Amino acid sequence: MTQLDRIRNFSIVAHIDHGKSTLADRLIQMTGTVAERDMKAQLLDSMDIERERGITIKANTVRIEYPARDGHTYILNLIDTPGHVDFAYEVSRSMRAVEGSLLVVDASQGVEAQTLANVYQAIDAGHDIVPVLNKIDLPAADPERVKENIEDVIGIDASDAIPISAKTGLGIPEVLEAIVTRLPAPKGERDAPLKAMLVDSWYDSYLGVVVMIRVVDGVIRKGDRIKMMQTGAVYGIDKLAVLKPQMVDIAELGPGEIGIFTASIKQVRDTRVGDTVTHERKPCAAPLPGFKSAQPVVFCGLFPVDAADFEALRDAIEKLALNDASFSYEMETSAALGFGFRMGFLGLLHLEVVRDRLEREYDLELITTAPSVVFKLHMKGGEVRDLHNPADMPDLTLIDHIEEPRIKATIMVPDEYLGDILKLCQDRRGIQLNLTYAGNRAMVEYDLPLAEVVFDFYDRLKSVTKGYASFDYQLSEYREDHLVKMSILVNDEPVDALAIMVHRDRAESRGRVMVEKLKELIPRHMFKIPIQAAIGGRVIARETISAMRKDVTAKCYGGDATRKRKLLEKQKEGKKKMRQFGKVEIPQTAFINALKMDG
Amino acid sequence: MENWRLGGFGLYLHWPFCQSKCPYCDFNSHVATQIDQRRWERAYLAEIDRLAAETPGRVLQTVFLGGGTPSLMQPDLVAAILDRIRARWPMVNDPEVTLEANPGSAEAGRFRAYAQAGVTRLSMGLQALNDDDLRRLGRLHTAAEARAAFAIAHEAFARVSFDLIYARQDQTPQDWRTELRAALDMAVDHLSLYQLTVEDGTAFADRLARGGLRGLPDEDRAAEMFEITQDITAAAGLPSYEVSNHARPGAESRHNLIYWRSGDWVGIGPGAHGRLTLGGRRWATEATRAPGAWLAAVETGAPAETRSPLTPAEQADEYLLMSLRLTEGTDLDRHAALGGRIDPGRLDSLCHLGMITREGACIRTTPRGRMVLNAILRDLAGA
Repeated sequence: MTQLDRIRNFSIVAHIDHGKSTLADRLIQMTGTVAERDMKAQLLDSMDIERERGITIKANTVRIEYPARDGHTYILNLIDTPGHVDFAYEVSRSMRAVEGSLLVVDASQGVEAQTLANVYQAIDAGHDIVPVLNKIDLPAADPERVKENIEDVIGIDASDAIPISAKTGLGIPEVLEAIVTRLPAPKGERDAPLKAMLVDSWYDSYLGVVVMIRVVDGVIRKGDRIKMMQTGAVYGIDKLAVLKPQMVDIAELGPGEIGIFTASIKQVRDTRVGDTVTHERKPCAAPLPGFKSAQPVVFCGLFPVDAADFEALRDAIEKLALNDASFSYEMETSAALGFGFRMGFLGLLHLEVVRDRLEREYDLELITTAPSVVFKLHMKGGEVRDLHNPADMPDLTLIDHIEEPRIKATIMVPDEYLGDILKLCQDRRGIQLNLTYAGNRAMVEYDLPLAEVVFDFYDRLKSVTKGYASFDYQLSEYREDHLVKMSILVNDEPVDALAIMVHRDRAESRGRVMVEKLKELIPRHMFKIPIQAAIGGRVIARETISAMRKDVTAKCYGGDATRKRKLLEKQKEGKKKMRQFGKVEIPQTAFINALKMDG
Repeated sequence: MENWRLGGFGLYLHWPFCQSKCPYCDFNSHVATQIDQRRWERAYLAEIDRLAAETPGRVLQTVFLGGGTPSLMQPDLVAAILDRIRARWPMVNDPEVTLEANPGSAEAGRFRAYAQAGVTRLSMGLQALNDDDLRRLGRLHTAAEARAAFAIAHEAFARVSFDLIYARQDQTPQDWRTELRAALDMAVDHLSLYQLTVEDGTAFADRLARGGLRGLPDEDRAAEMFEITQDITAAAGLPSYEVSNHARPGAESRHNLIYWRSGDWVGIGPGAHGRLTLGGRRWATEATRAPGAWLAAVETGAPAETRSPLTPAEQADEYLLMSLRLTEGTDLDRHAALGGRIDPGRLDSLCHLGMITREGACIRTTPRGRMVLNAILRDLAGA
């Protein structure tokens, strides 16, 4: 039990690559929280994918003991948050659990769009913010310009920004001291009934579900009977610990403290992030204001390359679901691809991360179909249906109108690329909301259809700006538009996995691009293959793959028999990666590549 | 186990050396300045002895001395090899003994001696009939030398064949027509006509990867030139009996037919492959590829080859992919007896597309089908 005024809870807000994880590592190292021999880079990022991509996906926490210059020892709880837009929900929940933030900005680059979104979340959560200028050891560092940039773009005072180099350790003691002196202590009533916020939960193969909490009022102890106020479920606390970052058992957690418990909870899905944890016997009067749970916004089909792997895929998804409650899944049958799952994700990175984990950790080869968003179908009878998969589109005559999700996108970019960005956004049916400058960097806000962003928007953004643009978005609203389902017919047969929803005015151009791409992606066959894009029964674009003319080995003698036979065997294996539609074989990569609009 | 006699029995011997490496060639050939032909002779003879002991009583129908450039072998080496082969195996009355030769003037001086040693058929690598293209193909001889060598060969051997490579850089269909007619005028009874193929690991592949080797025909132009080849040779009385091989009826290469009909053959020399039915199983043999290593292995009595048993499915695949190259086609009963299975629906659909024809148990490619044989094989083999 720690005195409230000796606790500081904080998070770090930073753009990817601006050094958040390195700073966290340095804070942990300099306070001796982790023995030197146990240090490794990105200490808090435990997943392989996090280390490989240099990103944080799950929020992580660490409890640091810091002997301050005032002679007292403080408990500093750092919650390390994800930086990517897909995981904005992780950020928002973590922000509510702490009182202050370090804002880390690269001293040579300035504020980026993601930083902006996250720092606003911190401001919304009532945080005090300490700006930190990282990488000041780099020759390109320009701390004065970046301070101005922080003041212009974010509107907070940056005159006391701390210059550091997380890489060399320069300035780290000042950061630790500033956490104590410039961030507020938490508030709370030790004698009040228990009120704790469920910040996060994850699955541990030894312990089962581990729940991270922030105690607001009251005290929680091992053995307590606790109740989740939203779900009503009651559990007994088996283990209570703090993370350093490895688990260290603790007798109790009081107001302002952050820690974890286990309570024989089987699935992550049984815990709701944002729920309020209280005592069964003596509950608190009202729960904390709950967070809205994260809703999947991007959907796609995942099918095994080898149809025989369907059961293995089901097992793998169920295992992953134990640890990640943020994706949804249901079985899907495609005429084109056989049995698979329709899965919902928080965004494209989330989709990629889950797919990567399924492929790597469970050794599966998967076909991913075009990502789609949730359209709202307003039926003539007044009913509203969610459409997750264009293939499920009902008869048009039954539909009154269709709404699609819109986003508010914020893009920050050096002004020489602004023209390319505006063109890209216009091409994706964007409506410009705002355009401002801070120095030679432009900040532009667009209202865009999510459907136009989920596929390759981010890749295009990066490629037209040579990687200099940063991008963030928030869902804004559902809005009606003239949307239609475009089908693709290969050799006169519709391929359900290639159907997409498009705006009517853009259907011709999308259709043209898709049939041209497919013409490149589908190899020549022994006969010619028409490829058509159609709306309803009307063909709007057409290409023909001409018949193969020549494919024969010129020389094949006794010494070639073995090689040719092995080639044939390899081709039999490779055939598993093709999907047969009638007489036509379509390579699995075509399902995604056909949708790429440029390049 | 099928009767090995179905496809015949032959012997292939590989001479791995050339004067220079041609830029299109991916064969096991090496350029060496000093070759101790006596040492090679001892090794070849030892291998002949070893393999003959394993196949006693088999009647040898053909011998093929390939390479490399076997016409770099001294005639007495060829004579020693053929003498030993005749001593170790019973042979048919009229064995076909082929030697591959470069049409240079030095080689031509040895032709008569090769014939005396027992070579009955010469296969000459002319490749082109004009000097510019010969240079681009990296050949050391001129067109005039080639014609002169061919005339000598024609006198020395009962049967002479030569190779041409077409679909070359910047070659027009009309150029090829003219050149092919000139080749047919040279009174040959057998021609191997290969479309230029850029194989991995060759100098041409490097050049192509670096953006060089421009002017090669596209798929449609290549198809047109293939069709021209079929038409002109057929009209001249040398129709194709295999994808790239054309002969007057009766003048086909009997040795190569053993490969395409999935017969047995002994393979001797660096990198040589063989197929042998021994002890109730069919084996694929492959000799050590590097000349020095092969020689050392033979001399020390270490194994100079690997042997892998062929499963019924593998034998069936090989039979299908080799036999369908032949105009005579594939015997589906034999394919099935080997353990092969073909989806009848696929057969029907290929017939329907005009790619193959079927008569009883025999399937053959149509002229259109032959040009896409690889696709047909993928389809039939279930790939």
